[in-house]
Amino acid sequence: MSLRNAFLRNWISPHNAMLALLILLMFAGVTALYPQFASGENLRDALDDTAILILLALGQMLVIITRGIDLSVAANVALTGMCVALLNHSHPELGMWIIVLLSIGIGALLGLINGLLVWQVNIPPIVVTLGTMAIYRGAAFLISGGKWVTSGDMSESFLGMVRSANFGISNLSALALLCALGMWLFLTCSTSGRNLYAAGNNPSAATYIGVNVGRTQCLAFTLCGAIAGLCGYLWAARYAVAYTDTANGFELTVIAACVIGGVSIIGGIGSVLGLLLGCLFLGVIKNALPLLGVSPFWQTAISGVVILSAVIVNAAQTTRTRQKILEEPAS
Amino acid sequence: MNRSIASSDKTGVAQLSRWQRLWQRLGRWETILALVLLADCVLNASLSPYFLDINTLSDATFNFTEKALVALPMALLIIAGEIDISVAATMALSSVVMGLVAAVYPSTPVIVISGLVVGALAGALNGLLVTRFKVPAIVATIGTMSLFRGIAYGVLGDRVLKNYPESFAFFGQGYVLGPLSFELTLFAVAALICGLYLHRTLHGRRIQAIGFNAKGAEMSGVRVNRYRFWLFVATGVAAGMASVLLTSRLGSTRPSIAQGMELDIISMVILGGVAVTGGRGTIVGVVLAAILMGFVTFGLGLINIPGIVMSLLMGLLLILVVGIPILSKRITQRRRRS
Repeated sequence: MSLRNAFLRNWISPHNAMLALLILLMFAGVTALYPQFASGENLRDALDDTAILILLALGQMLVIITRGIDLSVAANVALTGMCVALLNHSHPELGMWIIVLLSIGIGALLGLINGLLVWQVNIPPIVVTLGTMAIYRGAAFLISGGKWVTSGDMSESFLGMVRSANFGISNLSALALLCALGMWLFLTCSTSGRNLYAAGNNPSAATYIGVNVGRTQCLAFTLCGAIAGLCGYLWAARYAVAYTDTANGFELTVIAACVIGGVSIIGGIGSVLGLLLGCLFLGVIKNALPLLGVSPFWQTAISGVVILSAVIVNAAQTTRTRQKILEEPAS
Repeated sequence: MNRSIASSDKTGVAQLSRWQRLWQRLGRWETILALVLLADCVLNASLSPYFLDINTLSDATFNFTEKALVALPMALLIIAGEIDISVAATMALSSVVMGLVAAVYPSTPVIVISGLVVGALAGALNGLLVTRFKVPAIVATIGTMSLFRGIAYGVLGDRVLKNYPESFAFFGQGYVLGPLSFELTLFAVAALICGLYLHRTLHGRRIQAIGFNAKGAEMSGVRVNRYRFWLFVATGVAAGMASVLLTSRLGSTRPSIAQGMELDIISMVILGGVAVTGGRGTIVGVVLAAILMGFVTFGLGLINIPGIVMSLLMGLLLILVVGIPILSKRITQRRRRS
């Protein structure tokens, strides 16, 4: 019953329905003009391109739900990717599971640093992650000496793991979808997941019902960091290169995906399905523009317009629902 | 800010001593900054015997004047509880427009005015999004940042614009008097105006009130949205002005101009002791932080530290400077309690 309610209320929300419709319209429009857009190969590539964005946005969503923001995710990707790429270069005999676990561990540690600074030292999240963003990227430069680690320096299994495919879907895409499923279960069915919403929706009320808001924020940052760390490996393996400027500026795309997906920047609101639609939306645009012959230089401007229209619609909706709550007090 | 009120209620401290404590804290913050700045000057002087030369000092100021010019209205904006992440992108857009204007009509006043107008329009768009469409400032300006930078890239592609008339070079390279550059003079005048506006006028008090408690300020008759809107416009104009200086100093426009500068500018404001939660901050602090950041990067340049390591150190400095006073306050409070 409660699951069905959650399903009806959160999944079939007007926002998600509209977003899905928009994606379908865009998809249909582009396919009508260029049939090759809907080919299986192109779709697989598009999903692969979007997979890392989906993963990072899932982590970012946790942080934003608790009223935080993590600007350091892209720097985390760069630093963790550099760490595991260098390790793989010097010890190619290490098993892939060690590499993957290590990347998650390093990422979680970097996220934990953010979380502890927010929880224990009480610095606002935007200041903390503004600082650690510069620090992590600087550290990536320091450990690599500014050099690039390229495909020649990486072992076969390091590169192959993301590329190999089962049932026609690459490991990378499968991982992103599995993570999304796991995140949905975590957010809807676990106490910690519900606590994230409570802490973000109304921190003082959450404190009264026994939720430690600071620790919840710290948990969100750590999970976000762990996912970013994993993406560090995935990025290095997929693009077969690790360098200081890896994923530079990507944190904004990730935040944009969250915002388009209906995650409220003031905290407490956000669903996995909306987020997936948000990522898909950006993914379709990114893949359609080159086909339509739009200069890649215009891509940033178009995603800017998309973000702005999404947030305007989003903001109008939230104020409307908020007002409704205010009009009917304790009747 | 709720917490501070709650804690003073709990301990029952009188109004006067709260103000005294506030003054002490403000005093201490700027003193810390001044001491760190002094230490850095000593360090720089020991690194290079030429650092204390008046011409070297004048050169070192170019490291911060453009960013600091934007940091001043940004400080007012953050004190009012808003933020503008799109400033660097605004600078790029304004630089591109100036370059295009220069190619058609190479007259210095027209170029400068076009740059300022673009800045004002960009700020007005941000202000409209925040006040009219009720979009949170951080999201709105992330969007406009993408839009402005994107237009700059879309219009220019991989081209470079550099048809600036000779007289245009004065803004970024000219000197008013001896080693006193035009950039530094402009910054000093702007700092004076902002300082007087924030600390000596009713408007300044209102801006602090808005940042401290926007709803309360609105209830007591402050036109909150009007202040927000014009603060965004002011920040946009300052970004346009900084773009004039930077474009004139570099003598060319690329779409990547001023990339990442928003982080330096916001760091400068926070380093200056402005509370990111709004309501509190001084212009003196921001000016000191600007000079400190400029001199530290200049000193690091003297010992050939690469730029990315400089930004690492800046990030570290930001977290330490914000974190240490909070920690030390908590330790003294704990000691007092026990």
